[in-house]
Amino acid sequence: MSRILYNNRLAENIYEIGVEGSFEGSMGQFYMVRAWDQYPVLSRPLSIHDLEEGKIAFLYRICGEGTKIISRKKAGDEISLQGPYGNGFPTAQGRIALVGGGLGTAPLRFAAKTLCELNPEKLDIYLGYAEEDINSNRFSKYANSMKIDIGGYVTDMIDPLDYDTIFACGPEPMMQALTMKAKGTGAKVFISMEKRMACGIGACLVCTCRTKNGNRKTCKDGPVFAGEDVFPYEFKQS
Amino acid sequence: MSSSKVDFGKLGFKNPVVMASGTFGFGKEYGEIYDISKLGGISTKGITLEKRAGNKGIRVWETPSGMMNSVGLENPGVEGFLEEEAAFLSELDTRVIVNVSGSRMEDYSEAVKRIENTSFDIVELNISCPNLKSGGMAFGTNADSAYEIVKEIRKNTQKMLMVKLSPNVGDIAEIASACVSAGADAISLINTIQAMAVDIYRRKIIFDNTYAGLSGPAVRPIALRMVHQVAKAVNVPIMGMGGITSGEDAISFIMAGASCVQIGTANFMDLRAGTRIVEEIEAFMDRENVKSLSEIRGIL
Repeated sequence: MSRILYNNRLAENIYEIGVEGSFEGSMGQFYMVRAWDQYPVLSRPLSIHDLEEGKIAFLYRICGEGTKIISRKKAGDEISLQGPYGNGFPTAQGRIALVGGGLGTAPLRFAAKTLCELNPEKLDIYLGYAEEDINSNRFSKYANSMKIDIGGYVTDMIDPLDYDTIFACGPEPMMQALTMKAKGTGAKVFISMEKRMACGIGACLVCTCRTKNGNRKTCKDGPVFAGEDVFPYEFKQS
Repeated sequence: MSSSKVDFGKLGFKNPVVMASGTFGFGKEYGEIYDISKLGGISTKGITLEKRAGNKGIRVWETPSGMMNSVGLENPGVEGFLEEEAAFLSELDTRVIVNVSGSRMEDYSEAVKRIENTSFDIVELNISCPNLKSGGMAFGTNADSAYEIVKEIRKNTQKMLMVKLSPNVGDIAEIASACVSAGADAISLINTIQAMAVDIYRRKIIFDNTYAGLSGPAVRPIALRMVHQVAKAVNVPIMGMGGITSGEDAISFIMAGASCVQIGTANFMDLRAGTRIVEEIEAFMDRENVKSLSEIRGIL
């Protein structure tokens, strides 16, 4: 068990939680988070939002019973983190763009921090929110240029020709649109998928993602996939 | 510390704790987390003759004290299993149970034939998967069809043949008896309970396959009742399962007549549930001065 340092409400139903401890992980990986003993039965997969010496942070939205319980925890309370799991984003250089939609900004903050340390030719950040800006201030220090959209399509703001590598996380239609837009431009798009998970380690097959190469485990082979491998093979959850 | 080793028919198990099919893959992933050779056994992910991609759409949904799944037997097929998974499993110092499923009797038979020459001791015949469009559970919900398939499979294997029963039946003892008459050496139960969930805002059923299988502590009292009923009806060893999350839960199934227990959903609640439950069983034996689990098996 680890100790919660803070659990701040950023917007309606959206929180950032910080946990004390020396955690490992690379950009795009996630932890299975549990703030209760037995029920609900499943832990919650949350991607690493920030990681530094002695501290890890996660961004989450209250979507159900588990995240509701997590949101009620206070500084000093205990929480269990298992991980890090998943493949994470690949190391990239050259001209890089990060494209985040809403809670999809969760893995991108640590990606921005990590990439910034690699001194890329440029690192541009595009953030889209449905209703209000929840966390762009966390990104500004890493960006050569930053564009924010509220209520529209974040993908309209980006020209993939300007980039070698694009990391994206957000709603599936957003990631699909970006993947299609980048087709033939030379920009390689990597997306971070979100799926309901049970074991988190690749054993139970409830988080299967359909890809060009057949079924893949989102928890173990992902959550990061090449966009062109997933779309249009993955079926949108309706 | 007491020893929880048990006899399961002709086979000895170092302890009664077996990982349930579908929750433990083929062992590799958990093997990176703890020493899975400390387990009594592992039942593999369900294997079918041909590789299967499984169901589309949402595959897991939580319920109060449980969860539903609709994986639909995604698996590498029997050849994929033999080529990619069997070697790792055969190196383990634990009993390996190969869980076999299918849609047609011929497919079950052929799959069982192809694993006959492996070192694995037990075939668990899954005639109870609720997540297939055809076959699967259909074989296990009627005494006559259960008898027919077990009789046919019996001809194709010298291994210990354990039949995994569906709880989605009127009289589970009757089905168990039919399986034993047809040559089953053991019975495992229960598979998941057929269930459903609705998204009321989208006005849609959650699962593409309409129904899914409910597991976890929510089903435990039903599972315990069914293990008790089957234990009274047959004289072959039983692996009991359904929502077991602790050594105390396991003991209750043993008292109801199970020789071994299987652990499923609890693996998701605690990745190390298997070895923890072994320790809890042995601690119970120490506290209650139970020298062997056979002293308390079926006492109820």
